[in-house]
Amino acid sequence: MTSPALALSGLTKSFDRPVVKGVDLTIAAGEFYALLGPNGAGKTTILRMVAGLLKPDAGSISIFGIDALADPIAAKRVMAWVSDEPMVYDRLTPLEYLEFVSGLWEVEPALAQKTAHELIDWLGLAPHANELCGGFSKGMLQKVALAGALVHDPKVIILDEPLTGLDAGSARQVKDVLREKVATGVTVIMTTHILEVAERMAERIGVIADGRLIAEGTLAELRTRLGRESTLEDIFLDLVAQGSQAA
Amino acid sequence: MIAAPGTLPWLARHELRLGWRDAMAAATGGKRSRAFGWLIGGGLVYALMFLIAWFAVRPAVQDGIVIDKPVLVTVTGTIFLFWTVTLSQALESVTRVYYTRSDLDLILSSPASPARLFAVRSAAVFLGTFMLSGLLISPLVISLTIQDGPHWLSAYLVLACFASLSVAIAIGTTRLLFRLAGPRRTRLLAQIVAGIVGAGFVIGIQAAAILSEGGFSRLALFQSPQLIAAAPDATSLLWMPARAAMGSVGEGIALAILGFCILLATIIFVAPSYARLASAAAGLNHIRSTRRASSTAFAPRSQRQTLRRKEWKLLQRDPWLLSQTLMQLLYMLPPALLLWVNYGSSGSTFIVIVPVLVMAAGQLAGGLAWLAISGEDAADLVTTAPIAPSTLLRAKVEAVLSIIIALLAPMIIALLFITPPMALAVAVCGGLAAASSTAIQLWFRVPGKRSQFRRRHTASRIATITEALSSILWAGTGALWAGNSIMAIGAALFALLVLGLARLLAPRKG
Repeated sequence: MTSPALALSGLTKSFDRPVVKGVDLTIAAGEFYALLGPNGAGKTTILRMVAGLLKPDAGSISIFGIDALADPIAAKRVMAWVSDEPMVYDRLTPLEYLEFVSGLWEVEPALAQKTAHELIDWLGLAPHANELCGGFSKGMLQKVALAGALVHDPKVIILDEPLTGLDAGSARQVKDVLREKVATGVTVIMTTHILEVAERMAERIGVIADGRLIAEGTLAELRTRLGRESTLEDIFLDLVAQGSQAA
Repeated sequence: MIAAPGTLPWLARHELRLGWRDAMAAATGGKRSRAFGWLIGGGLVYALMFLIAWFAVRPAVQDGIVIDKPVLVTVTGTIFLFWTVTLSQALESVTRVYYTRSDLDLILSSPASPARLFAVRSAAVFLGTFMLSGLLISPLVISLTIQDGPHWLSAYLVLACFASLSVAIAIGTTRLLFRLAGPRRTRLLAQIVAGIVGAGFVIGIQAAAILSEGGFSRLALFQSPQLIAAAPDATSLLWMPARAAMGSVGEGIALAILGFCILLATIIFVAPSYARLASAAAGLNHIRSTRRASSTAFAPRSQRQTLRRKEWKLLQRDPWLLSQTLMQLLYMLPPALLLWVNYGSSGSTFIVIVPVLVMAAGQLAGGLAWLAISGEDAADLVTTAPIAPSTLLRAKVEAVLSIIIALLAPMIIALLFITPPMALAVAVCGGLAAASSTAIQLWFRVPGKRSQFRRRHTASRIATITEALSSILWAGTGALWAGNSIMAIGAALFALLVLGLARLLAPRKG
């Protein structure tokens, strides 16, 4: 039996108050998983713990069987993180940025160069490959960041609100790239406020409210749970309202 | 009474409120709890400045201050030295009037007059320059006023004149740079000009002192018999600022009025172009700059080499850093000149170089270390990369220290041929000063964008103070070592003590 792409158990984190309260979650390899929840529900905190940006207070994180807390470097090697604020240097060009990211992930130089050029072409960045990122629009920056996430060929891509602030064209391009990656067996875990994206793209959806995973399943399973034919928006709002009452 | 919206007083009130909050944020780092400590600490430092000034002027007051030519030369020289600093500060501030976006887009898109906004912001720059300079000279002026009489208060009139002139020149220079170099290069050029103006006069006088007197002292130059003999008579107009600063109220009022008129005329002349130039500056965010692809791109490199290469590339492309480095390099010119002029003479001539080089190494390392260690624009990216945090930090520290080595090496090599023990003192103490500043930046690191470089000192006052203290103490160690004094050990121990204290006070990373 192959290990799941991501397995969380009893994940807990507090800042000045508890933010994530014992979350258990398992995501299979090659799955497109959307994490939904109202603002401040704890989605980003969960993903930041998975990406190694925050240390959990309790619980475990396993990525393809690697204990991410015991061996973070091995876990990071198979993972990519894309946040809503593109992690790009103003004074590097997209090509220089991809060269830097490849160096960090120790990708073989010839392969890195080939992949970088392919990604730049694929994302429509070729005319800007040697321009400093400082003058780029949000959409272009997000595409550069996405190229950075893909250049080391990760097995898991974690995206936090990747479509925020993108125009329709750029959003479509990002969605197409993610779909293609899932088709090749890559696991994509994404938070989004755009419910239509989750509805159309995700195979399974998790709903987080007040630091807890309050519901999980395919769209059909969530509808069944609610007992009526509804849109994801209705389901989401009902589940969050139920979650708030339960809390 | 509330002023009508859009009028000068209304805009001034808005500006004053923002200015006050900015000043408070800069002083307290956004934490109210720090305000009390800052007030007490600042008050103590200020009291100490008063004490020093009080006892410094006492003998002169007791002997009776005579306004003769030597005194006028020294006071005029000091006024001009001080003025270059205010001019440098005004240049920085005026550049921000054009380039800082914050509420500029909102105001420029409103029916409010851009010319009025410019007038208010220029007045705010004048006020800031006047108040900061006033704060610096007050211990001296008030000590003189108490001990010798209220006529010394006319020094504030001279200050008002020179603050007005500084802002007027800064506005004119910025406007000229916009015309000659365009909005894209003006900010960087203005920063470089500010750096050169701030350091240039001091360094120029030091250079003149080295060439004529063979030493570093600026006062020695002002007091040189040749200069005094060549200077015009005590009644000359040239000495008007000095006479006004020393109690000639009439001349002080005349100077203040002249300064205000020049500032007012400059504002009236430049204000109509403000909206156009500020909009052009805003458009820079969309300008794309192309770089030629490197022939060594995608060459095999280790993770540390990759990180160092990225740091060097970013540092090299950082205009702020360029002006800062230029400033540091400018301060290294006088010692270099001293080396050149006195090449072949006895080693003791070069003792003065040692602390300057050590201090420059420490200060430069502090700035570079902040940029490399805390100023990480893609902090999430490097944290999520499969690289051990210790390797990451080591690579960044290597990137910083290698720059310091590259800058210091030519001077150390030159010194090595003249006096090897002093070269060793510079190498060891410069290395220790750079390492100490880097370590302090490491312990107190607070992740931030590189664009926050100007505000890096607000993150931690302790880091700022200990960094400066350690550089001074290592510079002292170097000087004492070069002078074969056993006291060098004491200075080194103090430097280590400061470093230990910084480590103790540094926030624990968890």
